[in-house]
Amino acid sequence: MLRTLFALLIVKPVALLMLGINVRGKQYLPLSGPAILVANHNSHLDTVALLSLFPLRIINKVRPVAAADYFLCNRFIKWFALNIAGIVPIERRAKEAGLHIFTPAIEALDDGSILIIFPEGTRGEPEMMGKMKNGIGHLLSVRPDTPVIPVFFYGLGKCLPKGEVLLVPFFVDAFIGEPLKWEGNRQLFMDKLAKAMSELQSKAITVVSDEQF
Amino acid sequence: MNMAYIPFNVQIAFMVIGGLLAVASLVSMYLVRAKPERDYSELRLRIKTWWIIVAVFATAVLFNRTVSVIVLGVVSFLAFKEYLSIVPTRRADHRVLFWAYLAIPIQFYWVWIAWYGLFIIFIPVFVFLFLPMRMILIGENQGFLRAIGTLQWGLMITVFGLSHAAFMLVLPAEVNPAGGAMGLVIYLVFLTEINDVAQYIWGKSFGKRKIVPKVSPNKTVAGFVGGVLTTTALAVALAPFLTPLTRYESLGAGILCGLAGFVGDVTISALKRDIGVKDSGSLLPGHGGILDRLDSLTYTAPLFFHYVYFLHY
Repeated sequence: MLRTLFALLIVKPVALLMLGINVRGKQYLPLSGPAILVANHNSHLDTVALLSLFPLRIINKVRPVAAADYFLCNRFIKWFALNIAGIVPIERRAKEAGLHIFTPAIEALDDGSILIIFPEGTRGEPEMMGKMKNGIGHLLSVRPDTPVIPVFFYGLGKCLPKGEVLLVPFFVDAFIGEPLKWEGNRQLFMDKLAKAMSELQSKAITVVSDEQF
Repeated sequence: MNMAYIPFNVQIAFMVIGGLLAVASLVSMYLVRAKPERDYSELRLRIKTWWIIVAVFATAVLFNRTVSVIVLGVVSFLAFKEYLSIVPTRRADHRVLFWAYLAIPIQFYWVWIAWYGLFIIFIPVFVFLFLPMRMILIGENQGFLRAIGTLQWGLMITVFGLSHAAFMLVLPAEVNPAGGAMGLVIYLVFLTEINDVAQYIWGKSFGKRKIVPKVSPNKTVAGFVGGVLTTTALAVALAPFLTPLTRYESLGAGILCGLAGFVGDVTISALKRDIGVKDSGSLLPGHGGILDRLDSLTYTAPLFFHYVYFLHY
């Protein structure tokens, strides 16, 4: 309820008025879970922009996977992250803890959620896709039937760059790619995902910089 | 809500506009039926979007001053946002751009309180002097002139220019008994858009010699002349119903709108050519971006405003 209200009053208006997202490939957007959305991460607005793409009735099911150490650090942010943003918290630093750090994410998938994952692990260079971490490969090896949808955002790094607090409005572009399937091998899958992302990125750069001229 | 008084002529004007669009819709539907081998989806989309534009425009002028200022302010904001999204900006200027955006609500506030003095100097003087100072505080010298020039030009075109259309709505209504407070804007916007359409149709039908081949290869002398003549004829015919202009004054207004509309159109074309984009955005399906639709108005609004202001207010 809170999340739907937040989406209606904040996420949708911000995305509509402050950003204005031009979406290509909307037909690939999953409208039911379980599914995983993979996106490049340049700004806190990425999550807002991704959430805004979904219709209100399923927004409760869309949950960003986020670092527990960053978002659960103080009481207010923690409340916001868990109840409003609806994050699935992951311990970034708990390497020694082993693979069960993914348990919350797997549970969310079993619950029919659409997970949002930024595999770069942190906000990277604007309009670029940095090196991806392997977490998503682990998730897929456990839940191999989950479709993975790559999304590339172009322009959000300009609206709210890392380290800035002032949002400056710009029109942005979103490119959604075809869903990817797990093929039984983590390395193979990560390569396929990296290729899909870089294809979306080069499409973004060509389309945006010389729009059918 | 406190509705503004809507003069009879204005009611008729919107019925005529609705009627013209209805005819366009019917013709396009007929074309789709009659010639199934040709693709009319672009035309259909264009007309559908025209309905939305007219609905937004009606909202902007028919209610009251607050609604007008908010709607036209948002239109101006979208145009400026579109402009900044296509022109190159420096990363260092993030906060300067924020200040530039802030000029929009302030400029439309002057319109809302009908303070002509500040309205007319705020962006050309105060913002013009403030933004470079804000840039200097950041201290990035590389590309300074280009950055500040780009920013100020965009504000002048999309905010200062377009806000003149809003200011027409707050001019004293009693000077214009025929058209009331909204008559002038309807007259201006109708002439400007008809000028675009007329130039296109004349150009398609009779155009041969190109008028500005490097900037806009589809524009022809015949289209330009035909457009100006059509617009002038309509300007003279419509003036008694919507404006305080005399017959000779309306003749001048028509020529002014025809010429200025053309210049505004090719100026935005030159901007797009320079940047290397075909459309300024994708906000208006079938038209392109909002700047693609407002291009002529960025010139006609301030020029027509001052023409009328000088003669009657």
